[in-house]
Amino acid sequence: MGTKVAPPRRGGLLRSLTRALPLAPAVVLLLLFLAGPIAYCAYIAFTDLQLTGQAHSSFVGLDNFRTAFKDDAFRNAVWLTLVFTVLSSLVGQNTLGLALASLMQRASKPVRTLVGGIVITAWVLPEVVAGFLLYAFFRREGTLNAILDWLHLPSQNWMFTLPILAVSFANVWRGTAFSMLVYSAALNEIPKEITEAAEVDGAGGWRRLWHITLPMIRRSIGTNLMLNTLQTLSVFGLIWVMTRGGPGNRSQTLPLFMYEQAFQKSMIGYGTAVALLLLVVGSLFSVVYMRLLRTEV
Amino acid sequence: MPVRPTAAPLLLATLLAATALTACGSGSGSDPDTVKISFKQSTDNSIKVMDTYLADVKKQFEKANPGKKVELVPIKAPDSEYYVKLQQMLRSPKTAPDLVYEDTFLINSDITSGYLKPLDPYLDKWQDWDRFIDTAKAAAKAQDGKTYGVPDGTDTRGLWFDKDIFKKAGLPGDWQPKTWDDVLAAARTIKEKVPGVTPLNVYTGKPAGEAATMQGFEMLLYGTGDGTTDPLYDTATKKWIAGSQGFKDALTFVETVYKEKLGLDVADALDPNIQTRIRGELLPKGKLGIDLDGSWLPQDWLKGSGHEWPQWSQKLGLAYMPTQHGQAPGKVSMSGGWTWSIPAKAHNPDLAFKFIEAMQTKANAQKWYVANSGIAVREDVAADPAYVKAQPGIKFFTDLVASTHYRPAYPAYPKVSTAIQEAMEGVTTGDSSVGKAASGYDEELKTATDNQVIKK
Repeated sequence: MGTKVAPPRRGGLLRSLTRALPLAPAVVLLLLFLAGPIAYCAYIAFTDLQLTGQAHSSFVGLDNFRTAFKDDAFRNAVWLTLVFTVLSSLVGQNTLGLALASLMQRASKPVRTLVGGIVITAWVLPEVVAGFLLYAFFRREGTLNAILDWLHLPSQNWMFTLPILAVSFANVWRGTAFSMLVYSAALNEIPKEITEAAEVDGAGGWRRLWHITLPMIRRSIGTNLMLNTLQTLSVFGLIWVMTRGGPGNRSQTLPLFMYEQAFQKSMIGYGTAVALLLLVVGSLFSVVYMRLLRTEV
Repeated sequence: MPVRPTAAPLLLATLLAATALTACGSGSGSDPDTVKISFKQSTDNSIKVMDTYLADVKKQFEKANPGKKVELVPIKAPDSEYYVKLQQMLRSPKTAPDLVYEDTFLINSDITSGYLKPLDPYLDKWQDWDRFIDTAKAAAKAQDGKTYGVPDGTDTRGLWFDKDIFKKAGLPGDWQPKTWDDVLAAARTIKEKVPGVTPLNVYTGKPAGEAATMQGFEMLLYGTGDGTTDPLYDTATKKWIAGSQGFKDALTFVETVYKEKLGLDVADALDPNIQTRIRGELLPKGKLGIDLDGSWLPQDWLKGSGHEWPQWSQKLGLAYMPTQHGQAPGKVSMSGGWTWSIPAKAHNPDLAFKFIEAMQTKANAQKWYVANSGIAVREDVAADPAYVKAQPGIKFFTDLVASTHYRPAYPAYPKVSTAIQEAMEGVTTGDSSVGKAASGYDEELKTATDNQVIKK
C-alpha cells in the first residue's frame, strides 16, 4: 500500500504479471472478436467458398486476387473508391470542417449553436436515413432541381448523370460534423497571444492561417484525415440507398462491389478477398498520413 | 466512486462468457417434441399476414397433436438478407430449424450445398400432393430429380393497363394484344395521343434487380420460342444457352421501348426505387399506360397498406403478355413463389412434414392464398368459387398458371440474372448495341457458369 516508488527488483516479473492481469480480458476479447475474424477472413479469401450452391469449398491460392486484378468491375470500383474518398473526405469533409470551425471561432454564440446544431444533426442521423434524405434532395423531383428551376438553370437527375459526385456530396453533408468538432477543439488550443503577436507583426489572415494555425494543428489534421478516410472507405449504406452503386457501375465503390460479389452472387471467397484488398487500401492511406505527421512534427 | 477502467472489460468478459455458456446449453439439446419453424417476417411492422397465418396453423397443430409444440422463429429482413441469414443457419446442426421458408429463386443453390432434405418419401405417402398442379410440383424439383419443397402458392405476370388513358388514346377497354408489335403499337398510340403519361413500363437494369430479369426480360424471352423448351437453359445437356436469336430479339424489344421513349425516362427507369414508385405513384395517379408486372400489385392497394386504392379494379385492365409473333400457346407468364422445405440438419423432420400437411389442408391453403394475394397451386382451391371471387384479378392470374414458366433457378442463376440485367442496362442507356450487349452476356455467362455453355 504505502509504496510510492516501486523499483522493479525481485518479484518484478510476478508484479508486472499481476499488473497485466486486469488487461487480460481485454486482450482475450480483442483476440477473440477482432483478430479471430480477421484471421478467418484472411483464410476464406484464399478459398472458393460460396454462400450457397456448392457442396464443398476448396483452397484456391491466389486465384481470387488474380480474378480481382483482371476484373474490369473491380478496377472500376477501386478507381471510384479513390475518387469518392478524395472528393468527400480529403477535400470535402476536411476542408469544410476546418472552414466551419474557424468561422465559428469568430461567430456569435447563437450563430455558433445554430450552425453546430445543424451540422451535428446530419452526423447523428443514421446512415440510411441520411441516404433517403439526400436521395430526396437529388432526385428528379427533388429539392435541388426545384432550386435550379427557380434560378432558371437546367435541372437533371443528379444520381443518374453524376452519381459519384452526388454520393460524395452526401458523404460530405453527413460527415463534416466530425471534422468540425475535431478542428474546433484544436483551434481552441491555440494560445491567443501567438495569433495576436502575429497580427501585431502585420500578418494577414492567409499568412496567419498558413504559418501559425495550420502548423499548430498539424497533429489534429493528421488524426482527422486518417479517421475520415477510414470511415469514408467503408461507407456502404449511404451509397446503397441512393444509387445501389448504379447506374451501371458508376457509383460502385469497393464496399458495394464486395457486397455484390459476396451476397448477391454468393461468392464469399471472392468477396472476402476484395475486403482484404480494401483493408490494404485503408492501411496504405494510414501509412501515408502517419509519415506526413512524423516528418512535420 | 469512479470505476477503474479495467472493471469494464472484466465485467464484459464475464457477461459474454455467461451468455456463451447459456447459449450452448439451450442450443445443442433439441426437444424431440418441438418443431422449429423459420420464416420471413415482413420488414413493415404493420404487415402481419404470415405471422397471423402461422399462429393460426400452430394452434390447430398443437390441438391435433397433443404434447407437440411449435416454435416460430421469424427472421425480419428484406429478401436478399433473408437468404443470407437462412443459409448461415442451415450450415450448422446447432442453428438449423426443422422447417424453413425457401424462395424458388435460390432453392436449387441450397440443394446443391446440401442444406435441404429430399421430401419424396413423405410426398409418396401424402394424398394431397396429387392436388398440386404439375408446373408447381416442378418448382422445387432439383437436377437430381428429387423434390425438396412444397410450394405454398405462386405468382404470375401480365400486362396491367390504365383504362382512362386507353380511352383517351382511342384504344379498346378490353385490350388484348396478340403479338409484341401490338404492344408496341398501343404504346406508340398512347405516346402520340396522351401527352404527359408514360406509355409502357418494362423493368430494366441492375437497380431493379430480379424484377428487371423476371418481369421484364424473361417475360419477353420465354415468348420467343415454341414455348416448350427453356430459352435460357438446355435441360438435355444441362448447359446454359448463349447466342440465341430469342435473346437478341428480347433485347431489341427493350431497346425499342427506351430508344423511342415509350418507356420511362432512362434516369427514372434506373432508379433503385422504381418498383415502389410504379405501384405507389405512377399507376394510382394515372400516369402510366401499360405496366408489365406481377400478380401481387393489389397487395399494396388493399385497405391499411399505406397506398389504399380500392378503385384499382375499375381503373385498371388486365391482358396476357403475348408471344413474339402470336405463336402458340399465345401467352407468356413467369412464376416464382416460395416453398416449405426441411433442412438436411433438421432435428425433427417427421414432425416438420406433419406441419406442412397441416398448412396445406385445402382450407388452410385457401386461407393463405387469399390473405397474401397469392395464386393457388392446388387445383381444388383454384376451382373453388370462394377463392376466385376473393379479389378482382385473381381468376385472370390463376388461369395463367397453366401456361407459366419457372426460371432455371440452378446455382448459377443469380449470376446469370445479373448478367441479363447488365445487358438490358446497356441497351436501355444506349451505351451498347443489341449485338454488343448480347455478346457481353455470352462472355459473362461463361464466367458465371464455369463454362457450362452451349451455343444455339
